[in-house]
Amino acid sequence: MTEVPASPLKRTPLYALHKELGARLVPFAGYEMPVQYPTGILVEHAQTRNACGLFDVSHMGQVRLTAKAGHNAAKALETLVPGDIAGLQPGQQRYTQFTNDSGGILDDLMVTSTGDHLQLVVNAACKDADLAHIQTGLSSACEIEPMFSRGLLALQGPQAVTVLSRFAPQVAAMKFMTGAFVMIEGARCYVTRSGYTGCDGYEISTPADAADPIARKLLGHPEVKPIGLGARDSLRLEAGLCLYGHDIDTTTTPVEAVLLWSIGKERRAQGGFPGAAVVQKQIAEGSPRKRVGLLPEGKAIAREGAEIAIAGKVLGTVTSGGFAPTLGRAIAMGYVERSQSANGTKVELIVRGKPVPAEIVPMPFVKHAYYRG
Amino acid sequence: MADVRYSEEHEWIRVEGDTGTIGITQYAQEQLGDVVFVDVPASGRKVAKGEAIAVVESVKAASDIYAPVSGEVVESNAALADTPGDVNSEPMGKGWFFRIKMSDKGELAGLMDEAAYEAFVKSLG
Repeated sequence: MTEVPASPLKRTPLYALHKELGARLVPFAGYEMPVQYPTGILVEHAQTRNACGLFDVSHMGQVRLTAKAGHNAAKALETLVPGDIAGLQPGQQRYTQFTNDSGGILDDLMVTSTGDHLQLVVNAACKDADLAHIQTGLSSACEIEPMFSRGLLALQGPQAVTVLSRFAPQVAAMKFMTGAFVMIEGARCYVTRSGYTGCDGYEISTPADAADPIARKLLGHPEVKPIGLGARDSLRLEAGLCLYGHDIDTTTTPVEAVLLWSIGKERRAQGGFPGAAVVQKQIAEGSPRKRVGLLPEGKAIAREGAEIAIAGKVLGTVTSGGFAPTLGRAIAMGYVERSQSANGTKVELIVRGKPVPAEIVPMPFVKHAYYRG
Repeated sequence: MADVRYSEEHEWIRVEGDTGTIGITQYAQEQLGDVVFVDVPASGRKVAKGEAIAVVESVKAASDIYAPVSGEVVESNAALADTPGDVNSEPMGKGWFFRIKMSDKGELAGLMDEAAYEAFVKSLG
């Protein structure tokens, strides 16, 4: 049985390199992407936490917004997202969400101000819909330039700074959630000190034809190994970070998802983004449910879809769950009724029909190691 | 010499007398990736051919293991609780899952020998 994809899978600029490295390629968000290399997910996960890993995230959508004459791109973008974008200084980066009229999340994204432009990085699976959404909402105020053919490399781990500094010494001084134009191997790249692993590290946006040579140069350094999407998922879960389409979607608000930290104080008060009334009401009164961390006892793994119960009464559902290689045990996150969401609450996760005792715990499961200067 | 047969679900069964030792194949462990947990059945459990009887968890996903023959579980590999990686390193050795006392050895005829299984794996591309 072979599933025939609706349209041919797309490839990133690193496809040939993935093949050479022996990656197992799988369909992901319309792309043929490496889920793992021959070393396997456990080794790749540890490599990233302990040294440095190189991820191909070129499938993600990069979009550049430039204000039209007499307009302000940040103010315009704020009509679509609850984050404080107008307050971004040149070189600052922020995490935010596109919300819908019910306060649900259409996608989550990174926004960086270069001073002249706003650079957005959105999820691969949402990028076409996001682009249409941006065009509908912002065309009168902004030039909208999709840069979907650019490369995006994530260099993550405690030795990322050592490695990337050899190419461009100025990146060592960059702080978490800042960005700068940097020449790497003769190509003008936009580098941010960020990522989605909980590790220190960088994301490097490259011209399409520079992605492959830069990736090969980075892999030539002994600290760096290629890492697939499998370890990217286990790393972000340990870091307590949301995966769009799983932990957040159109039915979850930023308040329920415990992403309120990403909404600026003024924006909470003033609103002006889709679904603001719902979000403001939840801020004032509390949301009906909340995303929590879950630590199951024993070795069974509660995965996405497992029910969360107390004394047989279902309170919610696991939205991400798996084995945490750093901890050598299972971890999960999911939504429960707010009244039952306190840390330390004992619950059961229903795994293949059997209740597995678990406890609600704070996240992240593995401490973030961001460089804040 | 023990006879080894294979299922289309990528399990192997090594037959010695009335007992069959069951595990997953090299192809299966490669497809799964790093195994981090194996839920093996308790001794005494009666199983029908094709019944989901064990679960193997890799970092990525959980997969059911089906009984390739009917019978009663007589032993499970308790060591896998501490060393699930044996399934990756020695899928047909230390990484065995459980033993069944077969109730109908005739069912073995429906399984593949090594040559047929190799051809089957090749056909999967």
